[in-house]
Amino acid sequence: MQGGDGAAVPTACFDDAALRVLANVLPLPESADPLHESIGRQMVTSQPILSATGLTMEFRGFVAVNDVTLSVNEGTIHALIGPNGAGKTTVFNLLTKFLTPTRGQIVFRGEDITRLKPAEVARHGLVRSFQISAVFPHLTVLDNVRVALQRPAGLATQFWRSAGVLSSLDGRAMELIDAVNLTPYADLTATELSYGRKRALEIATTLALDPAMLLLDEPMAGMGHEDIGRISDLIRRIARDRTVLMVEHNLNVVADLCDRVTVLARGEILADGSYDAVSADPRVREAYMGTEHE
Amino acid sequence: MAVDTQYYAAQPRFRTSAVVFGVIAIAALLAAPFFFYPVLLMSMLCFALFACAFNLLIGYVGLLSFGHAAFFGGAAYFAAHAAKVWGWDPLGAVLLGAAGAAGMGLAIGFLAIRRQGIYFAMITLALSQMFAFICLQVPFTHGEDGIQGVPRGELLGLVDLNEPLAMYYFTLAIFLFGFFAIWRIVHSPFGNILKAIRENERRAISLGYRVDRYKLGAFVMSAALAGLAGGTKAIVFQFATLTDVQWQMSGEVILMTLLGGIGTMVGPAVGAALVVALQNYLAASNFPVTVLIGIIFVVCVLVFRRGIVGEILELARRRSKDAK
Repeated sequence: MQGGDGAAVPTACFDDAALRVLANVLPLPESADPLHESIGRQMVTSQPILSATGLTMEFRGFVAVNDVTLSVNEGTIHALIGPNGAGKTTVFNLLTKFLTPTRGQIVFRGEDITRLKPAEVARHGLVRSFQISAVFPHLTVLDNVRVALQRPAGLATQFWRSAGVLSSLDGRAMELIDAVNLTPYADLTATELSYGRKRALEIATTLALDPAMLLLDEPMAGMGHEDIGRISDLIRRIARDRTVLMVEHNLNVVADLCDRVTVLARGEILADGSYDAVSADPRVREAYMGTEHE
Repeated sequence: MAVDTQYYAAQPRFRTSAVVFGVIAIAALLAAPFFFYPVLLMSMLCFALFACAFNLLIGYVGLLSFGHAAFFGGAAYFAAHAAKVWGWDPLGAVLLGAAGAAGMGLAIGFLAIRRQGIYFAMITLALSQMFAFICLQVPFTHGEDGIQGVPRGELLGLVDLNEPLAMYYFTLAIFLFGFFAIWRIVHSPFGNILKAIRENERRAISLGYRVDRYKLGAFVMSAALAGLAGGTKAIVFQFATLTDVQWQMSGEVILMTLLGGIGTMVGPAVGAALVVALQNYLAASNFPVTVLIGIIFVVCVLVFRRGIVGEILELARRRSKDAK
């Protein structure tokens, strides 16, 4: 838990660091990383929990996402990567219905969710985070988590009862806060937290809904390496009994954490497969290097 | 903009002082008609409740309605008509006014909450202007004359409200009921979600909250409470006129709330009392009251943006932080 506050140096971006990673670290020897052993463990057996077919999003003639077909297997950590402007966040917005696709279909756990509203998608168990840290800034850490617990507990619409009844949720909220190591900060308002702890709080709040699948939009953006380690551990723990789809720029993290990688460039899918397979793909290398020479 | 009430509620010292303050305020309100002109006080109470109801929306949901006059003035017409033409009990008439305003709030809110910010304000303004036009045209409001000579009647057939003191305590009871209703809504599980929506609407949606329904619920509650204030005003002053439904009244309630402190519990009431007192005392002099109120408005926005009560609370908060 120490040292998080001072270490919030922005490291994750695609420009220099990531390119260096691609050039040098990509052919990562499997034995060098014990976590690599876990890669592929579920890939063979599990079923797709979320599949999108032919997703297209046009903004007044500009095609941001073109014919994206994506399938995320249950119980895996799946990464969505790609250069800046590739349409990763747009895909997230489409999957969680914050945007409605121009064309295409989204099926989650066997149910067509293409026409649902975003709040309904969350109720189905597909819960997202945002690129810009999504907390309730002037509520305390405890209250942030409790807000998420209120709806499942049926304590959200009573306007005639005292807010004191919400203390019945404190126990569960503190468990979740403890799971992300924020117990000492439970009474601080969210604005008072360091960047990394805000992201941890966000994950605790998301977990409060007990979702079957989490969509994390750049969970480590702007973090120092200590925070990155902490959040990586957290995501690994979460993924034991859930599915995670994450947009991530830090390719070390992707290599470390993710079972499967989908590469997006200019709104289209470029490659899809294990990290090693994808990183060996010449088109992927070209997409990244291409941006360098522009 | 809004003062963080969550913070104060968490401070035990602040909670104690809030209780002490509440007891003193209620005692002062009970004793007030023996020192001040009761009609002025009743006017203050009606506008204070109106401003508090308006503040429920702007202060705790972050929605700026520019059409609250429709609920205030509309309820005044409903209550006046019920009391005068149907001969209803004054309490029944006031409650009918509140119910009518709630119905209007449901219709106007249903259309308005789909938009945010300035568009929300414009839709509420447009719809309330439409309502003002209807009030001018339909026969039951008596056009420019308004509904005059509304009987105050006897409360539940027991208390003669033509007695100024009886009327005052009836108005005070309505005000306190409305004020505590707002207090309860704000500090309820529902109010907690409203604050979350105000803080980060997209996040609230992503947690599965159908935020439109929460906003509409708050809008209807705010409209009903504004109607409670408007209906009471019609009984107190024994008339209902176009003044209360026109857009100037919507502007006035914004000014009162801003002056007292948006997002504070008592701020809007303080602001309303101040504006009503100014209008009353300057009415006799030659000084144009609108100019003075305009100056106060500018000073408020430039110098103490949190409003009177908001600035006091901020000062107290800073002091307690320094003490730590």
